[in-house]
Amino acid sequence: MAKLEVHYTINGRAHEAYIEPNLTLLEVVRDELRLTGSKEGCGTGDCGACSMIVDGKLVTSCLMLAPQADGAEITTIEGLATNGDLHPVQQAFIDTGAVQCGFCIPGMILAGKVLLDQNPKPDEQEIRSAIAGNLCRCTGYTKIVEAIAAAAEA
Amino acid sequence: MHRFEYHAPTSLDEAVALLKEHGDGTKLLAGGTDLLVHMKEGGLHPPRVVSLHAVAGLDGITLDESDGLSIGSAVSMDEIASNDAIRQRYAALAEGAGVVGSVQTRSMATIGGNVANAAPSADTTPPLAVFDATAQIVGSGGTREVPVIDLFEGPGSTVLAGDEVLTGFKLPTPPADTGSIYQRHTPRKIMDIAAVGVGVRLSLGGGNIGEARICLGAVAATIIRATEAEDALAGHPPSEELFAKAAELAQAASSPISDVRGSAEFRRHLVGVMTKRCLDIALERAQN
Ligand SMILES: Cc1cc2nc3c(=O)[nH]c(=O)nc-3n(C[C@H](O)[C@H](O)[C@H](O)COP(=O)(O)OP(=O)(O)OC[C@H]3O[C@@H](n4cnc5c(N)ncnc54)[C@H](O)[C@@H]3O)c2cc1C
Ligand code: FES
Ligand code: FES
Repeated sequence: MAKLEVHYTINGRAHEAYIEPNLTLLEVVRDELRLTGSKEGCGTGDCGACSMIVDGKLVTSCLMLAPQADGAEITTIEGLATNGDLHPVQQAFIDTGAVQCGFCIPGMILAGKVLLDQNPKPDEQEIRSAIAGNLCRCTGYTKIVEAIAAAAEA
Repeated sequence: MHRFEYHAPTSLDEAVALLKEHGDGTKLLAGGTDLLVHMKEGGLHPPRVVSLHAVAGLDGITLDESDGLSIGSAVSMDEIASNDAIRQRYAALAEGAGVVGSVQTRSMATIGGNVANAAPSADTTPPLAVFDATAQIVGSGGTREVPVIDLFEGPGSTVLAGDEVLTGFKLPTPPADTGSIYQRHTPRKIMDIAAVGVGVRLSLGGGNIGEARICLGAVAATIIRATEAEDALAGHPPSEELFAKAAELAQAASSPISDVRGSAEFRRHLVGVMTKRCLDIALERAQN
């Protein structure tokens, strides 16, 4: 099984890796490139902990084969803050107290960011459907929905 | 995941040649939302994976008044659900694509993968069938067209040969006064698989129902058309009694099983309730 070279632009920086093709994008980003903000919860597309923005789209990186994303522009949670200033969605999660254990939060924040990029003033129902693919075992979602709504007001 | 050899052909010819050379164990990869789950958890270990990502010509949605709608097999659920022409003219299809999984699933999952995966619960296949869609297929023997309703042999099984690729779908232009709808029942509101899916299209003509299509998902080994119900509707003026009768005939056409998403009895009951409701909505849409 030949190894492949893959190139990604992650959070604006060029990365390359020399990998076996049977790895997921999540595995390469975490284990080879050492960006460990994205988490693996289920590995089968159900929990959203591995969410990344790949070429402008929110995806579950546990279901994306690493070579499929070759050449892609990728945003992970590590790339949201600019010059040390948190992204409004990140700041709103802190201010609202929407974070408990934190495992789901990178994916939740990216899902919130993608929603607000497309729909700057979502109603509660729109927020809830935007995070339907992101499971949280801790918060009961209320504070998370509030945080995204607060970020929309910010 | 087990190891496999990975290919990323850049043309359809190259993809077909790879499938022909390497035989049946080779798997095509589109969005990966079914394939990767099967490879991680379903005991599927293909020796080779052929990605369709770099293959040109499988994307794109085109609408033409005479030819109808063409959708490439690599078009995502998200693109279909948000396409204005599809939402207006082929509402059931936009609705089916719009309920698949989550935002993340819909940005990855393709219509070709949804069809080729051949789940009886797939959410885009009943809508495709109610619009009399045909699947465009390319293999080493050339190209062919198969009506979507005739593609399926059982859960996970289609009439596609090992060296064939689905390239897209063609949906004829529906008659002027047409209304369509797709609804599904799921135990959980979202992020769940249909316990029953119902697609309906009604095309009116001169006060009567000119053409009726009812396609049921998740209540048999493949999606099925309720043809007796369709025949009962065609040529008659719409009425409460007629719709109730059609709903009964649709129920009779279903042969559901019992599983975690519901008992056979519950599913058959749902087919009746949902068919009736979908007929009402399709009629209202056809009249507006
Ligand atoms: C979290 C989650 C939720 C989901 N929810 C739903 C849901 O609500 N409703 C629903 O219907 N489905 C659902 N699915 C299933 C899946 O997302 C869809 O069936 C999807 O459309 C599959 O498309 P894909 O592009 O990801 O296919 P892939 O996984 O890439 O491929 C699926 C199968 O089709 C074959 N294939 C792909 N493209 C072609 C082609 N062009 N020609 C021939 N064969 C091909 C592959 O070899 C494979 O066997 C869900 C999946 C996940 C992970
Ligand atoms: S780890 Fe990818 S969705 Fe759960
Ligand atoms: S904060 Fe713990 S899973 Fe969401």
